[in-house]
Amino acid sequence: MAINWFKYAAPTTFYGLAGKMIPWFAVSAALLFCAGLYIGFFVAPVDAQQGEFYRIIFIHVPTSILSMFLYLIMAGYAALGLVFNTRLSSMMASAIAPTGALFAFISLWTGALWGKPMWGAWWMWDARLTSELILLFLYLGFIALHASIDDPRRADRAAALLAIVGSVNVPIIYFSVQWWNTLHQGSTIKFSGTTMHVVMQQALLIMLLACWSYAFAVVLARVRSIILERERNTTWITQIPGVAEFPEAKR
Amino acid sequence: MSLDIWMRENPLAYVWIGSYAVALLIFAIEIAMVIHKRKITLQQVRLMRDAKNETFGNETYGDEE
Amino acid sequence: MIEDHRDMKKSTMFDLLVLVIRRDLVLAMRRRADVLTTLIFFVMVVSLFPLGVGPEMDMLRKMAAGVLWVAALLSSMLSLGRLFSADYLDGTLEQMMLAPQSLSMLVLGKMAAHWMVSGLPLVMLAPVLGLQFDMPVREIGVLIAGLLLGTPILSMVGAIGAALTLGLRGGGVLLSLLVLPLCIPVLIFGAGAVEAVSSGLPIASHLSLLGALLVLSLVFTPWVTAQALRISME
Repeated sequence: MAINWFKYAAPTTFYGLAGKMIPWFAVSAALLFCAGLYIGFFVAPVDAQQGEFYRIIFIHVPTSILSMFLYLIMAGYAALGLVFNTRLSSMMASAIAPTGALFAFISLWTGALWGKPMWGAWWMWDARLTSELILLFLYLGFIALHASIDDPRRADRAAALLAIVGSVNVPIIYFSVQWWNTLHQGSTIKFSGTTMHVVMQQALLIMLLACWSYAFAVVLARVRSIILERERNTTWITQIPGVAEFPEAKR
Repeated sequence: MSLDIWMRENPLAYVWIGSYAVALLIFAIEIAMVIHKRKITLQQVRLMRDAKNETFGNETYGDEE
Repeated sequence: MIEDHRDMKKSTMFDLLVLVIRRDLVLAMRRRADVLTTLIFFVMVVSLFPLGVGPEMDMLRKMAAGVLWVAALLSSMLSLGRLFSADYLDGTLEQMMLAPQSLSMLVLGKMAAHWMVSGLPLVMLAPVLGLQFDMPVREIGVLIAGLLLGTPILSMVGAIGAALTLGLRGGGVLLSLLVLPLCIPVLIFGAGAVEAVSSGLPIASHLSLLGALLVLSLVFTPWVTAQALRISME
């Protein structure tokens, strides 16, 4: 590849690059959301077993997938920041955390709303719901630890270590919860039995892409703010758009 | 109970108001927070720059005043 | 420093471990009230449950293991805050980090001492509380075995959180927020073992999984905690 990736590892250059990428991701997220919702609600047929209720899947499954992937990405960035001491990776990790937590929350919320008509209860101690809840706790722990340490360097490193320990724990937690659930013989409905219509899969895929684009846009926007915040004492920052065109207030 | 009946009669409304509206609302709030944070940070940066220039100016050209 | 490391024999490593454990135990004995408070908290939480859910013996027998495990989890959180804070405040921790011996070993010693002071008493008290909930003797035996395997994991995983939150405001609550989710597997396998024995299922898998978790934490947590201490002390 001709692009020198290391060039963009510096917050200074990444700031500009992220600024250029955000509109693309934002626009594609909006378009994909519209397309996905259109296909999901107007093209995809009604499910034989679950009626209209199954349409929650188009938001529930993408957000669940994203919440898990974002945790892994966050832990990966955190590990990079911890091992190679690259500032940008730590900033990315702390920018991803809130979005991941929100995705986990949406996934839980929509899961509960799906559960009510299907299981007759808002909440089931289903293995997936429970693991998702624990994932949300892990996100909240990361955010809380990062927020309560004043020194940004220590905050980055401590939260990174926590994220890594958490990501090692995630498979153990998932396995144990699943095992616990089968022991208790919960009334979990298996969705794999019903074959999915092709259109449903397409809508799901488009919504997944929409969520990815949205997550990229928001995370990049947040990381730009974090870069500004951390680098506010440097001179390059006075030349960026948003600062440079505002002349110094005359006194 | 009445919610149960309503939900069975209007499944699409239930799906929309319950899941999609909430999800989109959360997205909207997050976007608003990100934009707000950017505004605040830019403001902060400008303030820092002004403050720095002022002290710098005072130190170097203190006799101007 | 690296030379020192290589020269060190196994016996000195072990001596160091014993030394740290003995030191922490002596210190704990000087502050007996702290140890007792944790124990009293444990007993109190367990005793509150019947008052909350009603005195039906059938129900209490069913939930006894879970209640005891959750109470053990909570009370181990209480004492974790003190794991490093005293040494941090009086500067001993800094000396320990500068010492040529491996910090992981020192940390392991502190974890062991913490377990002896806060985990072991809970295990010894558990049968009495189990009787309060009318648990059969076999179940109590499994509960004890599970607690013996599980409470050291709580001390070790908790030590990571204690090291990360060292010297922070509101560290206690934060510590629980960080550590409790990580302790869920221990809770599941520990309480699951008791439930298995009560429903006539084999318990070997539960206890061996707990044992596996114990070995895993023994291998990794001292090193991770040492890293966390380095981050916090910078």
